[in-house]
Amino acid sequence: MSTQIHPLTSAKGGEAGETHTFPADKPLTLDSGERLAPLTIAWKTFGTLNADRSNAFLICHALTGDQYVAGTHPVTGKPGWWSSMVGPGLPIDTNRFFVICANVIGGCLGSSGPMSTNPETGSQYGLSFPVITVRDMVRAQAMLLDHLGIETLFCVAGGSMGGMHVLQWAASYPERVFAALPIATAARHSAQNIAFHEVGRQAIMADPEWNGGDYAAKGTNPRKGLAVARMAAHITYLSEAALHRKFGRNLQDRAALSYKFDADFQVESYLRHQGMTFVDRFDANSYLYITRAMDYFDLAADFGGVLAQAFKGAKTRFCVVSFTSDWLFPTVEGKKIVHALNAAGANVSFVEFETDKGHDAFLLDVPEMFQTLRGFIDAAAVARGIGSKR
Amino acid sequence: MLAKAPPLRKELVRIAEMVPASARVLDVGCGDGALLDHLTRTKASDARGIELSQAGVNACVAKGLAVVQGDADTDLAEYPPGSFDVVILSQTIQATRQPKVVLAQLLRIGKRVIVSFPNFGFWKVRLSLALTGRMPRTGVLNYAWHETPNIHLCTIADFVVLTREIGAHVERAQAVTERGDVRDLPSPGYWDNLTAAGAIFLLKQGSS
Repeated sequence: MSTQIHPLTSAKGGEAGETHTFPADKPLTLDSGERLAPLTIAWKTFGTLNADRSNAFLICHALTGDQYVAGTHPVTGKPGWWSSMVGPGLPIDTNRFFVICANVIGGCLGSSGPMSTNPETGSQYGLSFPVITVRDMVRAQAMLLDHLGIETLFCVAGGSMGGMHVLQWAASYPERVFAALPIATAARHSAQNIAFHEVGRQAIMADPEWNGGDYAAKGTNPRKGLAVARMAAHITYLSEAALHRKFGRNLQDRAALSYKFDADFQVESYLRHQGMTFVDRFDANSYLYITRAMDYFDLAADFGGVLAQAFKGAKTRFCVVSFTSDWLFPTVEGKKIVHALNAAGANVSFVEFETDKGHDAFLLDVPEMFQTLRGFIDAAAVARGIGSKR
Repeated sequence: MLAKAPPLRKELVRIAEMVPASARVLDVGCGDGALLDHLTRTKASDARGIELSQAGVNACVAKGLAVVQGDADTDLAEYPPGSFDVVILSQTIQATRQPKVVLAQLLRIGKRVIVSFPNFGFWKVRLSLALTGRMPRTGVLNYAWHETPNIHLCTIADFVVLTREIGAHVERAQAVTERGDVRDLPSPGYWDNLTAAGAIFLLKQGSS
């Protein structure tokens, strides 16, 4: 393992980002048995790694997230996806912690994925990219930390698929994780969630411009299919109450029904906008691969079907978080994780926040969540001996 | 739990005294975590909590305590047998829907169980009902009958009967005065049931 601090990561308190390509003789062996090489990982860091390297804080992004957890997103020009949580003085305080967020493998913002070049053909992988799992993604993250010379993580946090990564980290590398913060997630993807993902994949594959995944070579782009996938998925990130509160049955820029199939309703217009803006920043094949990885996730299956075995002897302190109106990863899934952690005798806290904002609540302004997570993180930092300021 | 009466500081100290050092402890209905915090600091306890109210859980987690949002009536079944050295139910049993089931669960998951509760047999409670003809409102029981969370109140005598019914062994019983002072009750009797404002029981499974 490298013991040299990567030059850019020591930039004083600032934001840094880069990519590293592991050479072909350091392949990532995947759950499928295939080997991925060369392996490229793109990541961002915020803050400064302290002298004893005890303040590294890994944030794992969700399905359509990326490494731009804070700062400004280079494609959209918008603030990073967790700007409310990560920054100077915020619960994940970049004055105090060295925050790392890496694009998952299979992704489309710098890490190896279907858009990368297949060394065997010299052209884009497309569907020749191997199918990856959540555990493969976490293995790649561990390789990145080895590369950065970071042995232990003060905390691993993430919501939705990011929460799956958190659980996988705790199970695969328990001695490397001091605190774990899985939010709005589950230890396995439910049948309903697999079903929603399948709708999204079929929408992409039904678009003639998808061309069997070979759209890059054909000069096409399955924008419509990906947009429909996003529209369907976006509904699952909200709640009926939130949709009603935001839009009700309000009409969009018109006084009466059009008796046509334009976007009469505000909610239609909103969804179309969500779909259209998404395709500008996301790759259709990446969407197939990452949704597949989530579908395959079943942490207990690796431990004889007993989830508690995944956390046996864990010294990690956990804080499991759910939201009352999240029907994609409902509280009962969080409770299953808590149940297993209790059975394993692990140190666990569990909080369910009351909100009508649905699954996406973890990305939104929920003051009680900020306050509670700040408490959990601060207490863990004290236990880890990390000072208040760097 | 939400329904928990404001705990007497002194009573919590008495409960803490019964907890051996470095024990694995579960406080069921841990409120804002005052006892857990105390046990962690003074007894090096590996202390965990269950709390119903989000405000209570938030306060506990913010203090760095390991607390799970949950309900004593439904969530105790999740814990494996004998997973704690001591399980504490302080001023909460009277607010549970099924006190007998809850107590049996506590005895299953804890090697020792400490239960404290207000004594409805206390003379002031009896006198209040006798003289005014209305539901007593004294001390920790200061709620109108229609809004009280204390749906399963009992007397010390009632509790002793319950321990027999579920085969619990009473290792120690203490009477608590209104001011929070305690005295041992080697064998709780009629007089104790009349003079104690509350009680603390240390139980374990088995009738031997």
